[in-house]
Amino acid sequence: MEIFTQQLINGITLGSIYGLIAIGYTMVFGIIGMVNFAHGDVFMVSAFIALITFLLLTTWLGISSVVVALVIVLLVAMLLTSLVNWTIERIAYRPLRGSFRLAPLISAIGMSIFLSNFVQVAQGPRNKSIPPMFEDVIVLMSGEGYDVAISYKQIAVWAVTAALLAAFWFVVSKTALGRAQRACEQDQRMAALLGINVDRTISITFIIAAALAAVAGTLYLMYYGVVSFADGFVPGVKAFTAAVLGGIGSLPGAVVGGLLIGLIETMWSAYFSTDYKDVAAFSILAITMIFLPQGLLGRPDVEKV
Amino acid sequence: MEGAGGKPIDVVRACKDTAVTALIAFGLFLPLIGFNTVLNIHNELILQTRWPLLAILVGVIAAGRFVYSVLIAPWLQDSNVWSRPEVSIAGGRLTKWLLPFILGFAVLYPALALWLAGFQGAVKWIDNFGVQILIYVMLGWGLNIVVGLAGLLDLGYVAFYAVGAYSYALLATTFDLSFWILLPVAGCLAAFWGVLLGFPVLRLRGDYLAIVTLAFGEIIRLVLINWVAVTNGYAGIASIPRPTFFGIPFNATDEGFAARFGLEFSPIYRTIFLYYLILALALVAAAITVRLRRLPLGRAWEALREDEIACRSLGINTTNTKLTAFAMGAMFAGFAGSFFAARQGFISPESFTFMESAVIVAIVVLGGMGSLIGVAIAAVIMIGGTEIMRELDFLKIVFGADFDPTQYRMLLFGFAMVLIMIWKPRGLIASREPSLLLGESPARPAHELAKAMQAAVVESKARA
Repeated sequence: MEIFTQQLINGITLGSIYGLIAIGYTMVFGIIGMVNFAHGDVFMVSAFIALITFLLLTTWLGISSVVVALVIVLLVAMLLTSLVNWTIERIAYRPLRGSFRLAPLISAIGMSIFLSNFVQVAQGPRNKSIPPMFEDVIVLMSGEGYDVAISYKQIAVWAVTAALLAAFWFVVSKTALGRAQRACEQDQRMAALLGINVDRTISITFIIAAALAAVAGTLYLMYYGVVSFADGFVPGVKAFTAAVLGGIGSLPGAVVGGLLIGLIETMWSAYFSTDYKDVAAFSILAITMIFLPQGLLGRPDVEKV
Repeated sequence: MEGAGGKPIDVVRACKDTAVTALIAFGLFLPLIGFNTVLNIHNELILQTRWPLLAILVGVIAAGRFVYSVLIAPWLQDSNVWSRPEVSIAGGRLTKWLLPFILGFAVLYPALALWLAGFQGAVKWIDNFGVQILIYVMLGWGLNIVVGLAGLLDLGYVAFYAVGAYSYALLATTFDLSFWILLPVAGCLAAFWGVLLGFPVLRLRGDYLAIVTLAFGEIIRLVLINWVAVTNGYAGIASIPRPTFFGIPFNATDEGFAARFGLEFSPIYRTIFLYYLILALALVAAAITVRLRRLPLGRAWEALREDEIACRSLGINTTNTKLTAFAMGAMFAGFAGSFFAARQGFISPESFTFMESAVIVAIVVLGGMGSLIGVAIAAVIMIGGTEIMRELDFLKIVFGADFDPTQYRMLLFGFAMVLIMIWKPRGLIASREPSLLLGESPARPAHELAKAMQAAVVESKARA
C-alpha cells in the first residue's frame, strides 16, 4: 500500500510533464493535422535553454533564491522556446501547407534530427547536470520501514502544471484567440472567410505548444537535474502516446493521457521491471491505436468518400 | 535602383527585414551558441561565452536575408519558377536515358576506385561509399514497396533489418550454417515478422500507421537490448562468420581466396566481393519490384495507395494486398540485414535505432516515392553526402585544427531533409512511368500522349 501511494505520487509528477508535452502534439495535430515530430526535440531544447538561464542567474548574477531563479528561468525558457518553434513553423512547415500529405511529416523528422544534432554540436554530447534543489520532503505516512514522502520538487511540478493548465484552458475556451483556434480546427477555409487570420492562428498555436513544452522542459530539468541532447525522442514519443491515448485533438484528453502514461510507467517499473518500461509505453500506443483509435476522450473519425 | 524585372528594389524594406531577421537569429542562438556549458575542475557545470561565434552566425544569417530580399525574392517573383507543373512526364524519358550509365558506373565502380585510389586507398572508397550506399539503396528499394507503391507509411522498417541481421548472426554462430543458406532464411523470417506486425495495423492509415510502426520498431529494439540471454544485449554479437566465395573463405590461409587464385593476400578482395554481392542483391530487389508492378498484385498496391475505399469497392482484398506489401518490403530488409551482419562481423542494437528508419524513409520520400532511380539518387546524395563529410579534412585549415566535420553529418542530413522537402515536396524524381497506358498504341511515348491531352484540354476550353 505504501509503495503504491508512493508510486502514485511519482507517477502523477511524471504524468504532468508528459501531459504538458502532449498538449503540444494534440493542438498541432488538431489544427493542421500533422504529427509534429520535432516537438520532443523542442522540449529538449527548452530544457537546455532553462539549464543555461539557470546557470546564468545563479553563477553570474548571483541570485541565491531558488524560487526567484526558477520563475525567471521559466519565463525565459517559455519566451525563447516559443521563438524557436515559431521559426521552425515558418521555415519547415508553412511552405508545405496544403502540399503532398507526407511532406510535412518528413520535414518534421528532418527538423527533429537537426535539433538534436544541433544541440549535440553546440553543447557537447555529455549529460548536463545541475546541483539538486528543493531537497526537502514531507513524510505523509510511514509503514513498515517505508516512508511515503512527497518532495517539494514534486509539489512544485504539480503546482506549476496546474497553474499553467488553468491559464491555458482559459485562453483556449474564453478568449477570442481560443475561439479562432477552435474555428481553424473545424474548418480553415470557413474561418478565413469569416475574417480569421489562419496563418497567424497557426503560428500562435505553435507558440503556445512551445511555451507548454518549455514549462515541461524546465520542470524536467528541475526534477531530474540532468539533461542531454538525446532526451527529446523518448519523452516525445511517450507524450505522443499520451495524446493518442487521450484522443488526439482533445485537450483534456492529452492531460488525462499524460497522467495515465506517467502512472503506468512508474507502476510498471515498481511492480514488474524497469528494463521493459518503455516497451510497456510503446505497447500501449500500439494497442490503443488498434482497438481504440479515437482515444479515451476523442471524437470518432468519420470516413467520408 | 532597378531590380531584375525593372521594378525598383525596396531597400528600406530589405533593411527592415534584415534587422528583424538578425534580431530573431540573435534570440534563437543566444542561449545555445552564445553560451557553452562546460565542466570546470571541480566537476561543476559553468558557462563560457562564445560571442564571436554568435556574432558571425547572426551576421551570416542577416547577410543571407539581405541578399535574399534584394536579389533573389524579386527574381523569383519575375521568373515564375514556382509556377511550373510539379509532375513532369519528361522525367520518365530522362531516367531511361540515365539507366545504362548508372548501371555501368555501379558495375565498374570498384575498378574505377582501384585505378584512382590504388590498392590501399580503394578499400575505403569501395567499403564506405560503395557498400554503404548500396545497403541503403537496397533498404530504400525494399521500403519503396511499402511506402512508395502501397502507400503505407512505415516508420519501423529498421525492425525487419534487425530481424534479418540477428537471424543471420544467431543462426550462423549457433548452428554454423553458411551465409548462402541463411540469406533466404533471414529473408523469410523477416517477411514472417512483416506479416506478424502488419496484421494488427491493417485498419490504420496515414500518420496513425506511421506511429504504430514506429512503436513496433522501438519494441523490437528494446527487446534486443533487454533479452540478454539470447541477444547479448548492448554488448551485441561478435565474430559473426563472413560470407565465403561459394565456399572459399577470404583469409590469408592456403585455402583462402587469394591463395587459390594465385593472388597476393589483400583485404580488398573481400571488399570487392561484398560490393558485388550487395549490388546483385539490390538489383534482384529492383528487378522483382519492376516485374511485380506489372502483375495484378503490383497494380493492387498502387490502387491501394491512390484510394483504399475505391480499391475495396472494386473487390480487391485489401488485407492480402497490404500484408504482401509488408512481407515483400520486410523480406528485402531481411536480406539487407543478413548482408549487414556478414559484412560487419559484429552487430548490436545500436545499429537499429529509430534514426535508421527515419533515414530510410527520408531516402524513399526524397527520391520521389515509387521511383527506383529517384530512391537510388537520394541514397547516393544523402548517404554519400554524409560519408564525404569524413573526407573534408581541408576544412581544418579554414576553421582551425579542432574542427571536426564528421560532427556535422547528421546536422546537415536533417537540414537537407527539410530543404529538399520545401524545394520538391514530391521528391527528386516525382514522375512515375505509368505501367500501362490506356487507349493509345503502346508505341506512342508518354510525353506525346501528354501533349495530345493538353492540346485537347486547350481546345475544349477554347470552345467553351
